[in-house]
Order: sequence, then structure tokens, then C-alpha cells
Amino acid sequence: MSTPSTTLNQTESARVRELTLAQAIREALAEELRRDATVYVMGEDVAEAGTPFKVLSGLVEEFGPQRIIDSPISEVGITGIGVGAAMTGMRPVVDIMFGDFIGLIMDQLANQAAKIHYMSGGKLQAPLVVRTTLGATRRSAAQHSQSLHAWVSHIPGLKVALPSTPYDAKGLLKSAIRDDNPVVIFEDKMMYTLKGPVPEEEYTIPFGVADIKRVGTDITLVATSSMVQVALAAAETLEQLGISAEVIDPRTMVPLDTAALVASARKTSRAIVIDEGYQRFGVTAEMAAVIADGAFYDLDAPVKRLGAMDVPIPFSPVLEDQTVPTPTAVIELAKTLCGRV
Amino acid sequence: MTQARTARQAQHASHSEPAATEGELWLGMYRQMVTIRLFEEQVNDLYKTARMPGLAHLYSGEEAVAVGVCAALRRDDYITSTHRGHGHCLAKGAAVDRMFAELLGKEAGYCKGKGGSMHIADQDTGNLGANAIVGGSAGIATGAAFSSKMRGADQVAVCFFGDGALGQGIVYEVMNMASLWKLPVIYVCENNLYNEYTHYSETTAGGLTARAQAFGIPAEEVDGQDVRAVYAATSAMVERARLGEGPSFLLCNTYRYYGHHVGDIQRAYYRSKEEEEHWKTERDPITLLGGWLTEQGIADAAALDQMTQEARAEVEAAVDFALNAPFPDASEVDQDVYA
Repeated sequence: MSTPSTTLNQTESARVRELTLAQAIREALAEELRRDATVYVMGEDVAEAGTPFKVLSGLVEEFGPQRIIDSPISEVGITGIGVGAAMTGMRPVVDIMFGDFIGLIMDQLANQAAKIHYMSGGKLQAPLVVRTTLGATRRSAAQHSQSLHAWVSHIPGLKVALPSTPYDAKGLLKSAIRDDNPVVIFEDKMMYTLKGPVPEEEYTIPFGVADIKRVGTDITLVATSSMVQVALAAAETLEQLGISAEVIDPRTMVPLDTAALVASARKTSRAIVIDEGYQRFGVTAEMAAVIADGAFYDLDAPVKRLGAMDVPIPFSPVLEDQTVPTPTAVIELAKTLCGRV
Repeated sequence: MTQARTARQAQHASHSEPAATEGELWLGMYRQMVTIRLFEEQVNDLYKTARMPGLAHLYSGEEAVAVGVCAALRRDDYITSTHRGHGHCLAKGAAVDRMFAELLGKEAGYCKGKGGSMHIADQDTGNLGANAIVGGSAGIATGAAFSSKMRGADQVAVCFFGDGALGQGIVYEVMNMASLWKLPVIYVCENNLYNEYTHYSETTAGGLTARAQAFGIPAEEVDGQDVRAVYAATSAMVERARLGEGPSFLLCNTYRYYGHHVGDIQRAYYRSKEEEEHWKTERDPITLLGGWLTEQGIADAAALDQMTQEARAEVEAAVDFALNAPFPDASEVDQDVYA
């Protein structure tokens, strides 16, 4: 398992900047666009507008409208074109503005891109990247706030990445573009302005390698994407209560670093899995099952899950804020598991 | 445009293949249509005798569309196909033995037995795959055309689909972009009159070619039973696409002799025996081309019969090959999930 803190310490003297998550993503795209002429970006308002989140600002100036391509509002169409282009020598990066819109593209992802390699007996491949978002609390209501990565994690043939820091976002996106399989990468729209250290030197992050964001001994907090910050905040408070929490971020749902999750839970003997997708049938269930199966004889408590409430995301702030796991919820559950209530 | 002129253009375009005389070109199309017909008869027989797993959607009656279109393409041009795709795959250059092997789930099949009847793909002949989602390959074909343009290649992509796909939204999304960006793609709509078990007039409002014209895509309607007409229209569309002038839409009026799939044998509730007989006796694409070839003195009845016997022998040998070929090893089940 590689830890970015180690990597960063080694390169600290060698030019590490603070970048926002959006800047890290833009830098990853720019580097891959420069490196490989088959890479292109297509989506709604990706060129001059640079997306509503301004993540792609400046790319069209360097790479031109032939490679940073504004499309009609046709999510399934641009994804289908991406699949066909990927099958014939290109490496498309398709921008799906809000993760909620993956319902529109699901056939092209799940029935076309995910299956073409297998259905063709291994002859064809679709090196397609779909970039999209997750995350609530932006007051965007039920159709612009969901975290639907469980939908695609369910489909064999797709890979799914969930970066939680600028460093991870850059390294995972570069790996996604170079991967010969279709990859869906979900970015937390609330974290685009989050800053973090990113080395100037080129690097990639392999898929299927979890990262320990904080070392601990009493309880494992498995957290994804937006929930990594929640888990780290909870761990700070728990430390003051004498509970040492380990925060581990799987970084990719598919492939999943099952060994790292199990190893951490065996070490601490307790685990909570935290994710912003709906809890019912969500990725927390899969990861909890992995831990329960692999660490059963070392566990002192049942594996617990915290996901989004199983309701459409409401608009009103007082309602919306209840739907997402918070540090307080993590702390209370951790205290219970550690017998501190 | 005369048939002879388009035939010569096709020969010119097919620089990778030896030039054929015009007569040889039509005879080649006759042979290919007969091969597809005999292939499908064998598939029907394999199914009825329980030697073939799953199901199959037979192309019999529609041969002139696949053959006329693919004859106007180069080997490195792309096609995407449909659930009723055996004819497209064969016309684009697939071999009958490996086709049968795939239909029987054998290791020697085009997809190692993992795709089956509805998913045959063969990158060596530019076949990006049959597709079991109606309209599902419209994006792939348009993306292949987009890729061709991005790469500076002059490959053309043909998207085969049926009248049923006109009900699917993705078809219109990608036609819009193909027209906007002048992509080298030809949308070939095979109107065999039936969306599965429902006449297209019950499902399809407005004009068929008007759909493409609304996007500024030139559209042409041809007799899909006349392989020469299909070939001529496609050749002009291929030329337009290679010149960078953008997409075209070809509506081919045709007919499906069998049911929606091999098990659809009680069809009286949606179409009459008289209608089926009319198409088979009056509008059969093989009979029509055969008649024209003899009229023109390009071949006599004996020569055509000889070709049919050769095709029959080839198809029967291919069935034997496939029946005797081994199944994939059980360990193949989790191979090729990821590249």
C-alpha cells in the first residue's frame, strides 16, 4: 500500500504546491492531453465556459475546440459517441455535469462500454473515462445532489474511482485515462475548492490501492470521497476522547482493495464504513461484508455503516443537512462500538 | 447515377482488393446473398432441432440491404449491427464457420462463445459488433465516425438499425451531432415493417426520412429488395462521407421472412400469410437479382445454380465444423472482463 504522505515527504523539497481539487483535475487533464493525442474532452459547456464549476477553465485555450468539445445537452449521445470513439483508437473523457444524470447514460455505460471487451471475446476494448460528480449539501435538491457510484460499481467491466484529495484526484484521473477499460470517476462537487499538496513532478496512482489517511489502533473508519474529511474530523475528536481511529480510503470502488480494509479492521477490531451514497444497497454494504467476512474472528463489534438517508435529497437546508453522515454521527457510533457510552 | 459508374467508383475505392469487372461485382453480391439465406436456414434448423442454445433473429428476406451496403464499403470501414445481425456480419466479411461456432457457443467462434448470436464482433472486418439493445449501437457507429475524423483517417461508419430503433432517443441525439460535426457516418434504416410483433405504422408518427432531414442530413429511400439500388445509393453516400461532407440516411424498405425470432411461428395475429407469400414470391432479393443477371446475360440459370450449390456446400461444411468444435474451457468464464 502506498501512502501519499510518504510520497509527499520524499518530494517535499522537490516542489510541492497547494492546489485545489479543481486545479488538480485540470492539471491531470492537461498533462494527459499533452502526452497523448488520442485524448479528448467532450461535454456540455466544457470549452469556453469551463463547466459550471470552472474545473476545465483554460483547457480550450491550450488544446483548442477540436479536443475540448462543447456538446449539445445529450448525455447518452456523447457517452455513446465516446464508447464508439474509444473502441476505434481514441481515449475520450466524457463530462457528465452532475452524477444524477448517469441515469441518462446507463445503457451506454452498463450494456455497451462495460461489456464490449467480454462480449467480443477480449478483442475490442473501450478505454473511456466518464467524469461526473457526487455530493449533497449544495442546496441543489433531489436531482443534482445524489451520490450514485453504487449503481456503476455493481456492473462488471466498469472501474469506479472516488478521489478524496487533490493529490488523489490528479493521480487517479491520470490512471483512469491510461486504463484500457471504461472508468467512471466521481468528484465531490463540494470539494472543488478544497486545497491540498500536489507535487509538480508527474505521478499516477494505481487503482485498487487503498490509502491510510490517518493511522489509529482502536477503530477503523473506512471512508470514501466526501466522507474522508468527515471521518478525519471525527477522528480528531475521538483522539481527545482517548479513542484512536484509523481512517482508510479505498480510493477506488472497483477494483476494491479488500486486503487493506480487512487488515485495518483486524488490527483495530472495530469498523465503521462511511459513504455519501444512499445507505440501502449502497457501497457501504459491500465493504462491510468484505470486512465482516475477512476479519470476523478479530472483530469485537459488528461492522457498522453510515450512508446517506434513504430519502430523495431535500432542498431546505435544515432537511438536507440531516441526510448526510456528519462527524457527530461518526463520533457517536464510534463511541458506542468502543463501549464509551 | 448509373449502376456502372457507381460500380467503378466502388472498385476505385476498394484499393485494397483486386479490381472486379462489373459482372463479377454483381455475381459476388448474388453469391453473398445466397450464402446469408442458406446460413439462416441452417440456423433455423439448428434451433428447431435443439442443437443451438438461446434464440436467433433471422435476416432472411433482407439480404439485399446488408450486401448492397457492405459491397460499397472497404474492409477497414466500420459497421455496427443489430440483434438481427448475421447478414451484416457475413456481408462485411465474416467467415461462415466461425459465425456458426459463435452461435453454438464454441471456442472457435468470433467471440470465443461469449457473445452469441446477438453480439458478433470482428475487428478484422471493421465489425464493431451486433447489439442486443435496439438503437444501442447508434452511438458506437457515430463515435467510430467521430474517431475516424479526429484521427484524420478516411474510414466511414455504417450504422444498421431497424424501424424499431426509430423509437429510441439516442438515435436522434447522435444524428444531431453527426450533422453538426459533419461525421462520416451512414444511418441505414432497415424497415422490415415490424417492431418485433407490431407494425411500424402503429408506433411511428410522421415520415421516416423526415427525421433525418430535420437534422439537415440528406436522406434517400430505396427498394431494399433491389441490391443494385441499395449499392448505388450507398456508394454515393460513402463518397460524400469520404469527402468530408457529412452523414447520410438510407431508408431501405424490406421484409423479414421469418418471425421476430426463431420461436415466433404463430404470426397470424400481426401479419397475414398472404402478405408473407407476396414478398417471398414477388419481392425476393435473390430472385430479383438472379432474373436481372440472366436478362443481362451476365450468368445463366445453370451458373447461378452452380453458385448456390457451392454456397450450400460451404455452409454445410461450416455447420459440421461448428458442431464438432470444442466448447470453451470452463476457466474462460472470468477471463476478458477487464482488458
